[in-house]
Amino acid sequence: MGTIVKIMSHIHIKNLNKSYLDRSPNTANKKDHRISVLENVNLEFEDGEMVCILGPSGCGKSTLLKMIAGFEKPTSGEVLIDGQPIEGPRSDNIFVFQHSGLLPWMTVWENVELGVRHLTDTEKKKSRIKEHINMVELTGFEYHYPHQLSGGMLRRAELARALAVNPNTLIMDEPFSGLDFLTHMKIREEVVNMHELIKKTTLVVTHDIDDALIMGDRIIVMSDRPAQVKLEQKLDCGRPRNLGEDKELKVLRDEIFFMLGVSYAV
Amino acid sequence: MFRKEIILPILTFVCIVIIWELITRYSGWSHQVFPSPLSVLLSLQELASNGNLLKHSVASLFRVSMGFALAVILGLPIGIVLGLSKTAKYLFNPLFQFLRPISPLAWIPLAMLWFGIGDLPAVFLIFLSSFFPMVVSTSTAVESIKPTFFQVAANFNFSRYETITKIVMPAIIPEVTTALRITITIAWLVVVAAEMIAVQSGLGYMILDSRNALRMDYVMVGMIVIGIIGLLLDLIMQLLGNIESTAWGRLSK
Repeated sequence: MGTIVKIMSHIHIKNLNKSYLDRSPNTANKKDHRISVLENVNLEFEDGEMVCILGPSGCGKSTLLKMIAGFEKPTSGEVLIDGQPIEGPRSDNIFVFQHSGLLPWMTVWENVELGVRHLTDTEKKKSRIKEHINMVELTGFEYHYPHQLSGGMLRRAELARALAVNPNTLIMDEPFSGLDFLTHMKIREEVVNMHELIKKTTLVVTHDIDDALIMGDRIIVMSDRPAQVKLEQKLDCGRPRNLGEDKELKVLRDEIFFMLGVSYAV
Repeated sequence: MFRKEIILPILTFVCIVIIWELITRYSGWSHQVFPSPLSVLLSLQELASNGNLLKHSVASLFRVSMGFALAVILGLPIGIVLGLSKTAKYLFNPLFQFLRPISPLAWIPLAMLWFGIGDLPAVFLIFLSSFFPMVVSTSTAVESIKPTFFQVAANFNFSRYETITKIVMPAIIPEVTTALRITITIAWLVVVAAEMIAVQSGLGYMILDSRNALRMDYVMVGMIVIGIIGLLLDLIMQLLGNIESTAWGRLSK
């Protein structure tokens, strides 16, 4: 008997639908009035791929991520990870929150420790925490509380916490929102470098087209609500990328801008 | 060193004492009815030196700490359960909301019948006064924890126990310390009333006993000491809210 080698994508989203009961006052007394957020989404992500998901605000990108993370259940359809339907949140599938998901009553060290707390070897545990805090350049801030850190440092700390778990998938919901321009650029660069280094499947929701073009191995553009996949584009060019010089990227950029309703790209 | 927040309160108290002195001097009321500041001060010194004041204060503080501690030990876990479980909330919250507005003083007849004479009925009344506010503010605090923190807990495979010790308990510390401050003040209010009925000691008893002896100066000493101890209790609770591990609550909001 020959072995069947099944080549499977890491994450497989099949016929995914999500709708909510509409609770707004003018429709409250109508039974079963549902708002559809996602409609028939089919996507496949490969192992180690960095996928950027773009779309108009409020279109349901975050909902998609939350379903992949297992925080929310699909109305119909399924999300498969390595062939298995996702049952709920799990620690090989780490979510990085848009507004800090660090626990404010724990220091940077304690937060990073969360993902490795079950390690019995204390020395190994310590070095693992240290290594990741060092990796995001927060050495010296181990015993600071989140409220003592700047916006960029908060993102870095959360990244360290996520990576210390050694997850298979990293799910990032608008990881640069609310940062000043320079910090945004820096953290973006760090995420790209980190991805080059560890090659984990990374899903990034963003509303910034340039982020997607700079970072993504693949770009997905979603439509307005109910969100459907409008464009799926693989980017073969290597990194670092230069948006100003790369003609193809420039064309794609204009195309996406147009798709999202802006006629003259800035 | 002449700071407003220190000078102004002192000024208020000085003014009150001066007005008080003027009233006792020129109002024509006898000193039996309205003792002068000086006579109250002398009585204070007398009661302090013969040990009566200390004895009664300790008795009151003992009852408050017992009743209050019991209320916190039972109220916190019950509040957490009500905050986490919808079933528990629907089962018990209406009952607590119903019992809460009944003044602990309304329980006096029953408390005396059930627990007799001595510390127990007073402790019971203080427990009642503190228990319901403790439960309600704890459960409200639990319900207002950001969903993000529970998602983090689920993402990092927290057990039920870890979710409670690492998320719920630290998250509610700021609200709980505020609740402790408010509750200890209520407990202190109630102890004085409770001691006017069933006991032979405590500041409440001292006031009642002095009234029977027509010693208004002792009554006033009792009131002043109650005020000072109340202030100190509040201060202690405030310091509790200032310790390092709860700083995030004040600074991150």
